[in-house]
Amino acid sequence: MQQVPEFDMSRRDILIVGAVSAAGAAAPGLASGQETVAAPVVGKVILTINGTARALEVDLRATLLDVLRETLKLTGTKKGCDHGQCGACTVIVEGRRINSCLTLAVMHDGDKVTTIEGLGTPGDLHPMQAAFVKHDGYQCGYCTPGQICSAVAVLEEIKAGVPSHVTADLNGRPKVTPDELRERMSGNICRCGAYSNIVEAIGEVAGVKA
Amino acid sequence: MKFETPATTNPIDQLKHIGKPTPRIDGPQKTTGTAPYAYERHDRAPDAAYGYVVGATIAKGRITGIDASRARAAPGVLAVVTAQNAGKLGKGEKNTARLLAGPEVEHYHQAVAVVVAETFEQARAAAGLLRVDYAPAKGAFDLAAAKGSAESPKDPPDSHVGDFDKAFATAPVKLDATYTTPDQSHAMMEPHASTAAWEDGAVTIWTANQMIDWGRSDMAATLGIPKAKVRLVSPFIGGGFGGKLFLRADALLAALGAKAAGRPVKVALTRPMMFNNTTHRPATIQRIRIGATRDGKITAIGHETWSGDLPGGGAETAAEQTKLLYAGANRLTATKLAVLDLPEGNAMRAPGEAPGLMALEIAIDEMAEKLGLDPIEFRIRNDTQVDPAKPERPFSQRQLVECLRQGADRFGWKDRNATPGRRREGRWLVGMGVAAAFRNNLTMKSGARMRLQPDGLVVVETDMTDIGTGSYTIIAQTAAETLGVPLKQVVVRLGDSSFPVSAGSGGQWGGNSSTAGVYAACMKLREVAAGKLGLDPQKAEFVDGRVRVGNDSRPLIEAARDGELVAEDFIEFGDLAKKYQQSTFGGHFVEVGVDAWTAEVRVRRMLAVCAAGRILNPTSARSQVIGAMTMGTGAALMEELVVDKRRGFFANHDLAGYEVPVHADIPHQEVVFLDEVDPVSSPMKAKGVGELGICGVGAAVANAVYNATGVRVRDYPITLDKLLDGMPAVA
Amino acid sequence: MRTFTYERAKSPAEAAAAVARNPGARFIAGGTNLLDLMKLEIETPAHLVDVNRLELDRIEATKDGGLRIGALVRNTDLAADKRVRKDYGVLSRALLAGASGQLRNKATTAGNLLQRTRCPYFYDTAQPCNKRTPGSGCSAIGGFSRPLAVIGSSDQCIATHPSDMAVAMRVLDAVVETVRPNGETRAIPIADFHRLPEKTPAVETVLAPGELITAVTLPAPVGGKQVYRKVRDRASYAFALVSVAAVVQPDGGGRAAFGGVAHRPWRVEAAEAAMPRGAKAVTDQVFAGARPTEQNAFKLVLAERTLGSVLAEARG
Repeated sequence: MQQVPEFDMSRRDILIVGAVSAAGAAAPGLASGQETVAAPVVGKVILTINGTARALEVDLRATLLDVLRETLKLTGTKKGCDHGQCGACTVIVEGRRINSCLTLAVMHDGDKVTTIEGLGTPGDLHPMQAAFVKHDGYQCGYCTPGQICSAVAVLEEIKAGVPSHVTADLNGRPKVTPDELRERMSGNICRCGAYSNIVEAIGEVAGVKA
Repeated sequence: MKFETPATTNPIDQLKHIGKPTPRIDGPQKTTGTAPYAYERHDRAPDAAYGYVVGATIAKGRITGIDASRARAAPGVLAVVTAQNAGKLGKGEKNTARLLAGPEVEHYHQAVAVVVAETFEQARAAAGLLRVDYAPAKGAFDLAAAKGSAESPKDPPDSHVGDFDKAFATAPVKLDATYTTPDQSHAMMEPHASTAAWEDGAVTIWTANQMIDWGRSDMAATLGIPKAKVRLVSPFIGGGFGGKLFLRADALLAALGAKAAGRPVKVALTRPMMFNNTTHRPATIQRIRIGATRDGKITAIGHETWSGDLPGGGAETAAEQTKLLYAGANRLTATKLAVLDLPEGNAMRAPGEAPGLMALEIAIDEMAEKLGLDPIEFRIRNDTQVDPAKPERPFSQRQLVECLRQGADRFGWKDRNATPGRRREGRWLVGMGVAAAFRNNLTMKSGARMRLQPDGLVVVETDMTDIGTGSYTIIAQTAAETLGVPLKQVVVRLGDSSFPVSAGSGGQWGGNSSTAGVYAACMKLREVAAGKLGLDPQKAEFVDGRVRVGNDSRPLIEAARDGELVAEDFIEFGDLAKKYQQSTFGGHFVEVGVDAWTAEVRVRRMLAVCAAGRILNPTSARSQVIGAMTMGTGAALMEELVVDKRRGFFANHDLAGYEVPVHADIPHQEVVFLDEVDPVSSPMKAKGVGELGICGVGAAVANAVYNATGVRVRDYPITLDKLLDGMPAVA
Repeated sequence: MRTFTYERAKSPAEAAAAVARNPGARFIAGGTNLLDLMKLEIETPAHLVDVNRLELDRIEATKDGGLRIGALVRNTDLAADKRVRKDYGVLSRALLAGASGQLRNKATTAGNLLQRTRCPYFYDTAQPCNKRTPGSGCSAIGGFSRPLAVIGSSDQCIATHPSDMAVAMRVLDAVVETVRPNGETRAIPIADFHRLPEKTPAVETVLAPGELITAVTLPAPVGGKQVYRKVRDRASYAFALVSVAAVVQPDGGGRAAFGGVAHRPWRVEAAEAAMPRGAKAVTDQVFAGARPTEQNAFKLVLAERTLGSVLAEARG
């Protein structure tokens, strides 16, 4: 079998993943005699993903998450549970963070969606991404895009005055405190247990000591 | 390179890269979502079809019929693979239960089929059309009920030192208590996932696997093809914790599905299926007996443990640490294994020690209280610098006492009220707990290949994996240190079975062993490079990108002027582990608040002081420890796979039902590493640290809850229902 | 998930008519519970009527001094509304104690009321469940019942209603406004909205087929100290073992409703007269006739202690 390196990891400038020719990948499809017997029910939507409008025809059953990952190949948004129980699929839709696994793509016609790919790139990190690297706010990396999208939105929510479960004065303005960050980030599970570092990273971006 | 005598001064001791807090070199990819995981290989398998796994709906019995006709006729379906049409399948050496059921069903949600379709939505819908009929059989699902039938497994053997029974019977102060730990799930964030593609009778599987070579061997064994025809690739793994040590159903069914569909197929287990389909940490029942003199010297210590597994499976080795952790002339450990028809029990982060210390370190706390001793002082009085069963065999390093003393100072242990239930702050009862951390240091043969490229880049290739542990970075640091090049000049390629076989990620052996293997390969490359430059390899120093012998100094890059230099070697460990006991140690300190009304437990402060050899990268090592402390907190307070003992499965099989800690459960965590180098462990003088952090922390939480409330819970997890009846009056 | 057809409704009455017209049709708003269940084929609608674009997303003052909350007001927006925070603090608190920030951004007021149980056997289609498959049996009775109901249950079902919001609305005497397929509207006191399981646990509310919730109204503010206390195993992002929504007046009187204990928010108004005498006096009456399992009997103790905590906090 052809031996092509799969992934290079280096501290130097970021390598372009996928520039290497595919190794041992696709044999030509043998499925020509097995065409679908009935087309799925589809719907048309226009989604603006990270600033680019995309006109799509989607299976009605497709979640926003699966359209991002499988149709648009934006795999930075992760599928951890597919049931709204982990937060790995968090993206920002019309300025609000949501679980992209629990919403149908067809319900988002005309919506603006920001995914992790829209925040920054390896060569040009968003401040929140840079803070996660600095504070080692991740380990395996799988929940990380969701944590970062959530964190960016959390700071906006606090700025907008949205209270949380731990806000002491319901009628006052919420502040960025470690307890507030922990409560508001609780919809993003990190099984590696990077929580303590994540809160420090967010705190740094918010300009407070966690 | 053979490592047979303790390390002397070597290039690693320069500490230009090793030992420095170093941000992960894979950080920019992980934080931007550009690190590709197993299900995301659009770059490698752009036309992959989708496989959806169907699990058995009985715990034990036989499949009497499968009707796949409706599923096959469903839109987009390319193939339905079941045991009926999969061909003859073997079983991997590391698997207890088969990965594809039929006709026998060995456990709930054991895979019975994979449905392959053009799209995920089609595969999922068609899977719902598959009809499987079963003849259920009676099974054993209750560990407590099966305890009497448990037998001694092959491994580990029971141990007897001195005369435990007599010493315990005659001890002036004694404790005899039974503790239970529940089944637990790894619950890593990335589900088990694989993409498989066949070409010329060989299969490539992009997968999520901690131990590439184990997975490759078992895939070959299961498919009945030569190992050379299997390639596994796992550059990124979204968490493992032992749950991805082995070939699992996703990889096998992706391979079978791809073969049947005639094109690449990707398969991810659904979250609700993971808890019963994959492996878990088995529940234990542990009896601990400790006898001591009135001045707190242990004279007898006995630890017996019971667990269950499928026929042919293994025991949870929860008594093992008790052979080594404390002194005492008369000792007993015993392990018993019952047959249970629950899903396969297997390794989860610190198998053995994690549940073992959850019990032992409560027992030590209880014993200290009986003796009227501070629990730290009791531990110090029973420290041992040698293997208690073989006094001629010392620990290579053992700084447990220092960990506890430093931790006590930093944590403010002196402010703890030894009488439980006395500290109240508002609605909170506050308590502190301590426990020892202990985890053996294992070493594994590990290989690597080095390339010095004409452009000056140094490339490391090894099938080592990075499951969040920081392997990429410590390997780059090791190469940079040994070859005297800047970190940014090192490229690390991991997780590909076409690279030399490494230690892999498990048992906290990966960091030390894999970097030692890279060190060995780097030393080989130094020889080749020096030879190429006409310099004496024995005398050559590799510093600042140059190779120097006396006044003769040449750029390293010149060695590759005529073409890439390649060197390959591995580290192999001799019998130092026989002569020395190698272990890692720590002290866990925890402060909890327990709601005086509702008995909800919330952790307020956590500190771990660790002694684990040379710390290669304090940044990622700290992360390993805080992550393990977090998982241990979950084990102490909330994690339990609830066994439905009538139907034989884990009932709470999703992430809403199986609660793991969230941000709000975890306070700021402090970690201190003591200065330590352990020349007995490897040329790196490092030891494992990835599991030490979970060892003992659960008991520290439990002891803090006791200190806060006066309620001693010996049955994990410590949920509020177990505290309510004993809570002090609120007013 | 089975295939379905999909339409976007243009008016509440049209939406109701569309659902009534299509057997097996369901409304979809936030989708956070429905899609979860559709993926597992616990819900298998043949047609979805997307109501998200209906103009039911406002919170308005009513002429009698209360608030009318549109059915599509998102949980985040309802919790953050200044009037709700000021005058109906228990509702804000209950919402903020539920789910996660991401889910609250999608979940709607009506959808929250219509959440289905989190009983693990309801969620596992291989297991008998009278709520999912009427007549198949209840696996939870005699099985894993720790999180389940202690009162109001039946031999058919011991599920709990998972909402926090609904518990606060119960204590506030909210009213659910609906429109039926024929265009008629009605107002259902929340006390009458959720059913007990009895012999038909699959029927969870009094809504008729096609009947669409358009709003929830809150009566004029009742003042008092308002507390929502949710007790759970982990600190956030978890369903309640027991919760208490309470309004406590300066004279020691007040109201209390309990979550996590029954098939609907549990409130016994007659017991509230006992509130000045303390928690036990109240919970003895509220939980009279409770039928806990061995695994969840602790909830009775916990409910009393939680109310005790709430009363202590309210009386500060």
